Amino acid sequence: MPKLKIEDLQKIKQRVQQTTNLREGKSRAKITVHMGTCGIAAGARDIMDAVMEIIENNNVDDVIITTSGCAGLCSQEPMATVELPGQTPVKYIDLTKAKIAKIFDGHVMNGKIVADFVLGVGSEQTH
Amino acid sequence: MEQLNTEPTKTTANAQKPFRMSVLVCAGTGCVSNNSFKVMEALQDEIKKHNLEKEIQIVGTGCNGFCAEGPLLVVQPDEIFYAQLKVKDIPLLVEEHFLKGRPVEKFMYTPPEGEVAIPKMSDIDFFAHQRLIALRNRGLIDPEKIDEYIGRDGYTAIAKALTEMSPAEIVQEIVDSGLRGRGGAGFPSGVKWQLCAKQDSDTKYIVCNADEGDPGAFMDRSIIESDPHSVIEGMLIGAFGMGASEGFIYIRNEYPLALERLHVAIEQAEKYGLLGENILGTNFSFKMNVVRGAGAFVCGEETALIASIEGKLGEPRPRPPYPVESGLWGKPTNINNVETWANVPIIIDRGAKWFASIGTETSKGTKVFSLVGKINNTGLLEVPMGITLRDIIYKIGGGIPNGKKFKAIQSGGPSGGCIPEDQLDLPVDYESLSEAGSMMGSGGMVVMDEDTCMVDVARYFLTFTRDESCGKCAPCREGTWQMHEILTKITEGNGTLNDLAVLEALAEVVKDTSLCGLGQTAPNPVITTLRYFRDEYLAHIEKKECQAHVCRELNTYIIHGDVCKTDGKGCGVCRRECPDKAITGEKGKAHVIDQQLCGKCGVCYDVCNFNAITIE
Ligand SMILES: Cc1cc2nc3c(=O)[nH]c(=O)nc-3n(C[C@H](O)[C@H](O)[C@H](O)COP(=O)(O)O)c2cc1C
Ligand code: SF4
Ligand code: SF4
Ligand code: FES
Repeated sequence: MPKLKIEDLQKIKQRVQQTTNLREGKSRAKITVHMGTCGIAAGARDIMDAVMEIIENNNVDDVIITTSGCAGLCSQEPMATVELPGQTPVKYIDLTKAKIAKIFDGHVMNGKIVADFVLGVGSEQTH
Repeated sequence: MEQLNTEPTKTTANAQKPFRMSVLVCAGTGCVSNNSFKVMEALQDEIKKHNLEKEIQIVGTGCNGFCAEGPLLVVQPDEIFYAQLKVKDIPLLVEEHFLKGRPVEKFMYTPPEGEVAIPKMSDIDFFAHQRLIALRNRGLIDPEKIDEYIGRDGYTAIAKALTEMSPAEIVQEIVDSGLRGRGGAGFPSGVKWQLCAKQDSDTKYIVCNADEGDPGAFMDRSIIESDPHSVIEGMLIGAFGMGASEGFIYIRNEYPLALERLHVAIEQAEKYGLLGENILGTNFSFKMNVVRGAGAFVCGEETALIASIEGKLGEPRPRPPYPVESGLWGKPTNINNVETWANVPIIIDRGAKWFASIGTETSKGTKVFSLVGKINNTGLLEVPMGITLRDIIYKIGGGIPNGKKFKAIQSGGPSGGCIPEDQLDLPVDYESLSEAGSMMGSGGMVVMDEDTCMVDVARYFLTFTRDESCGKCAPCREGTWQMHEILTKITEGNGTLNDLAVLEALAEVVKDTSLCGLGQTAPNPVITTLRYFRDEYLAHIEKKECQAHVCRELNTYIIHGDVCKTDGKGCGVCRRECPDKAITGEKGKAHVIDQQLCGKCGVCYDVCNFNAITIE
């Protein structure tokens, strides 16, 4: 059984930060995956899985992932909304795994809206 | 218990997958007794059903504080607060909120006078006015996972203490912080540490007092249940500062959950090398022991506690010598309360200056209180010193239930005093409470409303202290017994003005001449009720009247014939229920009570559905 050294404390701390940051509501961005019945039928679960995978593989510890019900645009599902603090939320439509990966990289991590997949800006502020 | 991931390298790979949502279920004693484990199981099942187990994490936490509303859970990151959950609520909750992201209003908390549910925990008044220092991790971590404590800066203070500070600097930091003992007397902790540190001895001990014998109090239990490592870390820092290498946690035997969590925590800390030899690779070593309390209230007194750990009868002895000079097995021993220890790591971490900036001139930091009695929001709270009693009762406590009037608040446990309405703007600190005749004590607060008889209250607390007096010294043994006799006499309507004078004199003698704190403080309820509610004593003695109708012997039960006849149609229920057969009457007609036969049990008053019976 390895006993901890001072440096190890920091390592453990970083490792659990993802969960604890999230519990305290600290975040750089919030992604809402629309999970109404139509959204789920159109593949919203896959989008959610993709998002979870991205944050896991990249050790992202400050992005809030949440869900919401039907956004009333069933033909354009799956959909997700990205919201950066202090900015208007941006809604993305007709998502695929590849598209959400691009959005994550561009908008969530680098603050650049991925215009190609955008439905509209400012539909519903959630935080 | 779940398998611990103690290998730091391995955990990176498996256990720390990110979750998008944490569901923090209260697993404190209050909620557990309200079935929170069943709720947790149901959550697990339902989450599995929806294939959400990779996204959503369920965490059992320590007491959240708002026990009156349990079982409760908090959903993060949105901080949505659900109260009084039942197993049957879970499917809807999981589908609506966890899957579809629509928080369910009907499971949220609605304040007693309000109509709208409040979704966010921090918007609820009970939480909004609190400041968490000793309870900094409450509800945020799983107390059975040391990694989560470390994730919230746990054990960084001991690391700092060991690598950047000298023992003397640590002690000085505690002195400068102004921290005072949270277990009763409020002695400056830094001063005690200095005394202990300067003792010249090869062996020194430190002790954590987790005996918590005050009826109704559960501050220390909650700290251990929700964050056991904060106490362990505090003790490590103290041990290093004072030069001790062994410590004891003396914990009340009736706290199975706290005891279990403490054992888990110690085991995990030992595996990580945070307890034992060469802690964090330094040459500081420390051994931790847990001792179960012997059960008597007096065992919480420090000298009795020491005797009890030594395996002797838990009885106090005269001081000096104080434990810092001669404690466990005659060695220098520093005793602090659970909450005192829990404050230590954050003081070292954030600095004495920061801590001293909170609170009042003489009382720094925060205090944890358990708020019970006639109050809407019973529970556990932590507030900055200096907050007023009024804010605690009305802002956090939500006022008195059922539109009743406030009468008094008793602080400081069974030997604290009762403080009346006109003193409610007192800032809560050690000095103000003492001046009012009460004390900080360990933080129990009991709220009383207009239906409380203050003579009866004094008698109630004296029953407790009389029974708990260990009998070693005469003033306490005889004095509490005699005071109790006189109080009983008064509540039965047989008291005289002379009794009152004797009671007052006795109270002073017991206070001044008893050996330990139990006897010295036992008269407080008598002294304060005499000071603030003397009219009630006089009414019992001179008018044979108990305004609150609590003292049964002074009550006269009267049936109002007209009400009985017209509203109740002489239903006869009281006649059948009266154990003394004192009630006569025929169906359809007014009933009467024969006062000669009436044993004053009050059953008739309780059973009459037509309010035909009143107490005079
Ligand atoms: C009758 C009696 C019971 C006590 N019970 C407790 C107790 O349950 N817990 C506690 O911490 N201190 C209790 N104390 C106070 C202890 O004697 C001691 O002052 C305290 O543990 C010191 O720690 P502190 O300075 O951190 O408050 C009690 C004192 C008396 C006289
Ligand atoms: S219970 Fe009330 S209404 Fe019925 S007989 Fe007795 S006093 Fe009358
Ligand atoms: S007070 Fe008790 S004893 Fe008297 S009449 Fe009512 S029930 Fe009977
Ligand atoms: S035990 Fe759950 S809130 Fe106190």
